[in-house]
Amino acid sequence: MEQLLENFSLDLFVKQTILFLLLIFLMVKFAWKPILNALNEREDNIQGALDAAEKAKMEMENLQADNKKLLNEARAERDAMLKEARDMKAKMIADAKDEAKVAADQMIAQAQAAIESEKKAAVADLKNQVASLSVDIAEKVVRAELADAGKQQKLVEDLLGDAKLN
Amino acid sequence: MKLLSKTVTTFSLVFLISLTAFAKGDPDAKKDGHSDPVNTPEEIEEYIVHHTKDSHDFHLFTHYPDGEESHVGFPLPVILWGENGLTAFMSSAFHHDDAGKEIVEKGGSRFVKIHGKIYELNAGASTVEFDDAHHPTNATAPFDLSITKSVLGILLIGLLMLFLFGRLAKQYKTQKIPTGFARVLEPLVIYVRDEIAKPNIGAKYRKFTGYLLTVFFFVWILNLLGLAPFGFNVTGQLAVTAALAIFTLVIYLASSNKHFWSHQLWMPGVPYLLRPLLAVIELAGTLIIKPFSLMVRLFANITAGHIVVMSLIAIGINMQNDMTAVGSTTLSLVLSMFITLIEVLVAFLQAYIFTMLSALFIGMAVEEHDHH
Repeated sequence: MEQLLENFSLDLFVKQTILFLLLIFLMVKFAWKPILNALNEREDNIQGALDAAEKAKMEMENLQADNKKLLNEARAERDAMLKEARDMKAKMIADAKDEAKVAADQMIAQAQAAIESEKKAAVADLKNQVASLSVDIAEKVVRAELADAGKQQKLVEDLLGDAKLN
Repeated sequence: MKLLSKTVTTFSLVFLISLTAFAKGDPDAKKDGHSDPVNTPEEIEEYIVHHTKDSHDFHLFTHYPDGEESHVGFPLPVILWGENGLTAFMSSAFHHDDAGKEIVEKGGSRFVKIHGKIYELNAGASTVEFDDAHHPTNATAPFDLSITKSVLGILLIGLLMLFLFGRLAKQYKTQKIPTGFARVLEPLVIYVRDEIAKPNIGAKYRKFTGYLLTVFFFVWILNLLGLAPFGFNVTGQLAVTAALAIFTLVIYLASSNKHFWSHQLWMPGVPYLLRPLLAVIELAGTLIIKPFSLMVRLFANITAGHIVVMSLIAIGINMQNDMTAVGSTTLSLVLSMFITLIEVLVAFLQAYIFTMLSALFIGMAVEEHDHH
């Protein structure tokens, strides 16, 4: 303890106190204050930048999710449209087929009717011509046949013979 | 050859690096007395004790050309406030005398230097008279404002800190990230702030960080300077560590709050009979033990470090008779290298502990109630 006290120099103590007090004030004013302020400011900046990056990332993710949703919706819509178009096409073809069939049937029926009537007319005409021809022929034949009495006789006899057979 | 070896031995003591590969112990050294280099165990002990003390001149080493003692170094200004007011002269006026023989007359006063301390002779006295305990009887100590070696160290380190950290501060004005040597300093500042100030003080750390940073770098750089080969021993001066400890004491007393004092004087949660006793113990701890431990820890660690390093270097001389010059030199070299490396660690550790405990004491004083 005595050795400790002997080591202690009051002069040096006073000088150290004054010089150190001065040093503290100078260091705080010219070094620590600007340094700590700059460090704090920089750390705040870094934190801010990190937060902003995080936020941007979140926004990007949201945006991507939206995009995906939109894309899916568009795809569904396209599919629906395609399906509708396909249905419509099938329906149109079917309708056209039906219509064509009806028209064709009608035309066929008309044609058949026309053919029938033409045929009837032709047959009637033929009948008339055959009748008149037959009368002509018969007239000519009868004239030729009845040019002599024998033959006339014979005809009558044949006719009578046929009539008997009937 | 013998002379050369002695010179080299003294060199090694001063520069903390043993170069005494071929130095020889000299058993006759004592006979020549004062004009010989440091050679005997007693002389070595005196040399070591002398080194750990403050001094009025900057002494690098002593050598002995032609058997004459010759000091190499430079004088420092002596500034005294004595009976006849302010006096200033260079320490070379004492001609390295430390026994009160050389009397300097200046401004009507007579000054002598005895064991590193300057005394002013009483009016009329022309020589110093000593009592049995070797204290001067006819002289008084003037107030000594001299730029002693320690004061020079404090001034140099103060200016160095202002220069280095001022430059770092200036760099932030133009750029976000410092360049060059300042880039090394920045993490140290952040370290003190984040590892010492913030965890120990808490939310109010900002107000005290300036003091803690100043103490940390001041103590650390001066501890390291004490290991460098110029023999500064500033943080090993009791007066310096006492001043630092009292700074911490004043700061934590000045910033202490009601909650702190209520716990000091009337500790809640203990039986009423014990509270006065606890108050005495707490007060003794706060006012005396804490600053005293801060003061002694730094002083003792640094002084002990210096003494151990120099004692190990002294092995190179003391053990020469037992294990030859080469053996003792090798041993002292290896051991002192090892201890010097540890001292580099201790230099940082003591600065850290001093700052950390200061922060802890301040933190205790400013702690808020809601921590419980």
